Amino acid sequence: MSIEIQAVSKSFGTFTALKDVSLKVPSGELVALLGPSGSGKTSLLRIIAGLESPDSGRILFDGEEATKRQVQERQVGFVFQHYALFRHMTVFDNIAFGLTVKPKKSRPSKQEIRDKVHNLLKLIQLENLADRYPAQLSGGQRQRVALARALAVEPQVLLLDEPFGALDAKVRLELRRWLRRLHDEIHVTSVFVTHDQEEALEVADRIVVMNEGRIEQEGTPSEVYDRPATPFVYDFLGSVNLFHGRVHEGTAQMAGLDLSSPENASAQDAPAVGYVRSHDIAIERDGNGSGAIKAEVRYLLSVGPLVRVDLVLSGSDRTIEAELPRDEADRLQLQVGEQVYARPRKMRVFVEDYQI
Amino acid sequence: MAGGRAKNNVLPGFTPALGYTIFYLSLIVLIPLSALFFKTATLTWDDFVAAVTAPRVLASYRVTFGASLAAAVINGFFGVLVAWVLVRYRFPGKKLIDALVDLPFALPTAVAGITLASIYSQNGWLGRYLEPRGIKVAFTPLGIAVAMVFIGLPFVVRTVQPVLEELDQEIEEAASCLGANRWQTFRRVLLPTMLPAILTGFALSFARAVGEYGSIIFIAGNMPMVSEITPLLIITKLEQYDYAGATAIATVMLVVSFFMLLCINLLQKWSRRFAE
Amino acid sequence: MVGKGLHKKERKGATVTEPAWVRWLLISVALAFLALFLVLPLAAVFAQALEKGWEAYLAALKEPDTISAIRLTLITAAVCVPLNLFFGIVAAWAIAKFSFPGKSFLITLIDLPFSVSPVVSGLIYVLIFGLQGWLGPWLQEHDIKIIFAVPGIILATIFVTFPFIARELIPLMESQGREEEEAALTLGANGLQTFLRVTFPNIKWGILYGVILCNARAMGEFGAVSVVSGHVRGSTNTIPLQVEILYNEYSYAAAFAVASLLALLALVTLAVKTVSEWKMQQTISAAETER
Repeated sequence: MSIEIQAVSKSFGTFTALKDVSLKVPSGELVALLGPSGSGKTSLLRIIAGLESPDSGRILFDGEEATKRQVQERQVGFVFQHYALFRHMTVFDNIAFGLTVKPKKSRPSKQEIRDKVHNLLKLIQLENLADRYPAQLSGGQRQRVALARALAVEPQVLLLDEPFGALDAKVRLELRRWLRRLHDEIHVTSVFVTHDQEEALEVADRIVVMNEGRIEQEGTPSEVYDRPATPFVYDFLGSVNLFHGRVHEGTAQMAGLDLSSPENASAQDAPAVGYVRSHDIAIERDGNGSGAIKAEVRYLLSVGPLVRVDLVLSGSDRTIEAELPRDEADRLQLQVGEQVYARPRKMRVFVEDYQI
Repeated sequence: MAGGRAKNNVLPGFTPALGYTIFYLSLIVLIPLSALFFKTATLTWDDFVAAVTAPRVLASYRVTFGASLAAAVINGFFGVLVAWVLVRYRFPGKKLIDALVDLPFALPTAVAGITLASIYSQNGWLGRYLEPRGIKVAFTPLGIAVAMVFIGLPFVVRTVQPVLEELDQEIEEAASCLGANRWQTFRRVLLPTMLPAILTGFALSFARAVGEYGSIIFIAGNMPMVSEITPLLIITKLEQYDYAGATAIATVMLVVSFFMLLCINLLQKWSRRFAE
Repeated sequence: MVGKGLHKKERKGATVTEPAWVRWLLISVALAFLALFLVLPLAAVFAQALEKGWEAYLAALKEPDTISAIRLTLITAAVCVPLNLFFGIVAAWAIAKFSFPGKSFLITLIDLPFSVSPVVSGLIYVLIFGLQGWLGPWLQEHDIKIIFAVPGIILATIFVTFPFIARELIPLMESQGREEEEAALTLGANGLQTFLRVTFPNIKWGILYGVILCNARAMGEFGAVSVVSGHVRGSTNTIPLQVEILYNEYSYAAAFAVASLLALLALVTLAVKTVSEWKMQQTISAAETER
């Protein structure tokens, strides 16, 4: 089922959670709502579920108006951030709940319910824990039970609120891969909320980046990562270095370099900010050719497969951060205090009034 | 984001539930209580003042508030001690004792009244040792205070106990690492943290004692001007069909109750000021 | 009632504590105080009740006036507790699961009967239904007796036990939040199913706790009932009033025999209260480990 959000606004008292948000989620896609806390992503998810009603705007399911539909009628599966498992019920009863509350006419028989729950338990790989209570499960297991419970009623839409937020790093990694595979199997239209860019990039078909109640950008993971539409998206996805300078008719002057900036062809000597990802800064021993900035190595730190290098630009006290693969760093044999050249491989320039 | 989510909550039944709550509250509590003020309003100001400041009434205030204050002070001290011992130390029978602290909540006041009266009377278990030494408890203001200590005790223990339980052992360890001895730690670190709870318990215990009737009348002796408490005076006036007098005094009691309730609410607000 | 200890932590092997002699001194003083003020009176009730032997004890309980007092007390509790239980659940649902302006004021109003002297609680009903009261003349015309009759006793008892169950359930339901109910709704449950299958199992021990305390107070209330009862033996006397009459007639053993029934009720109340507190604590800590 496709979801369409049309011009939805929502405020809580004086706080505006959503400002005129419109979005289409095509049938069968897995979409991530990505943004910092307070960006309105959870409110949007709850409005889709019918757990909250918008102040204005409409929600359409498969082109049909659903704004006024009760939660119970929307056929959404909702996975809560803290799972909201019924703590007085076993895993089995939790998963069966949605089937047992159906009106008598449409309620499956006991045997059908049992079969269905067992299939779901198999799907979430917890077949032998059917009689446990939620308190006896680990975080990752609870998460999967919550998911199975939501899937039991065969929802048209699956909504997940920070599904991996409360888990530790290793379990989180496993579960999100599992969720991705699961979605490839069952293909139910899914929307999940996250503040973790890595999670969104790895799991989602499409990413919707939100900030202050508005959508900043939507697109495939590579689109939002490689071609951020706004300074906010640049800043929010991945670590980034800022260069201040000016841009004039498609050429930017930053840190003593002349860079081409075709998207600002109409700019007339405007103040501008250049964004360069840390891994888009190359470090060279000798600065032959143009386009490199002289800098001093201030600090070196190995983080797993990467090495982070803090550089102080010469002639100023500004620090920038570069990330090199470990073997590249080994080859360069960098030392703290050394003079090197930093070359931005890719820079995106925004005229200053867009600045966040 | 969590802030204002409630007002468009999807859970069903808010309007009927709130409606019934207000209806039942008005029917059982608010309308009957307002009857008291309407009845009082039929008195002239001079009559009202005369009724609530008659010498016998003033004497009953002195007895009631004096004994309540004394009882609340005793409960404040021993209540903290009992709470401390129950939270911090282990000893046989602790669970049983902990449960027993609530006895004054559960034991009907009339039962407490006749029992205390008989224990402290001339031939009672304690009275027979106390009276020869010149300590008269039954039928004196002292007896009133004893009954008030009984009924007020759980309030202090049960308000201080959870605060002590929540106290992180680390703050005491921090204090002792900084060189404080045990007494200094108690006085400078623990006591200030417990103070709002102690005062709340003190106020609850005081408020309960001021209004108490059942457990006191049997031990009080009920001598006008000496050991007559204000609630009893209300009943006496009522039995003499002096509705106006009874109502006037009851209004004073009610205003005092409201004032105490306000103080307790403020104290509780204050005690939450360090909470996360 | 006031806050209960819900997160008991034993402190084992901590080095920062008092010297042993201080510990034992404090324990001794506390226990001596509790023995004097709690254990001694409790023991005295039973000792005095049985002073004249079992025969006299049972005879005192079989007295027709006592039997009728017991019956009236049971009737009173049987009316008051369900009414206040229904109110408590409804009020807690509105207050704990929703937020609205004036909420804390409403809670204060619900608590009000706790801070009103029992004597005043009785008096207000006399002022409404008594002969000189608002409705007195009308009631007399229609030959309806409320004051100095059973309805007055029941009304006064409802007033004094009004807050018990609501007070217990409001914080409990607040601590449980709304997520489980929301989850039930997304899974297609209707309002009643959500309450019965999700909310109720989580608050049943809190309900028991509130009911048992409400019941203890309903059966044991003295001051308020004393004002509205009229003390007619065999018809408008509850157990506590019967105790008073016997005591004032110097039938001490009989008074204590009847009182011992109420003391037993108190002990049962404490036992059930302790168990339900423990069960509630389990539910709450289960909820906490889930977060």
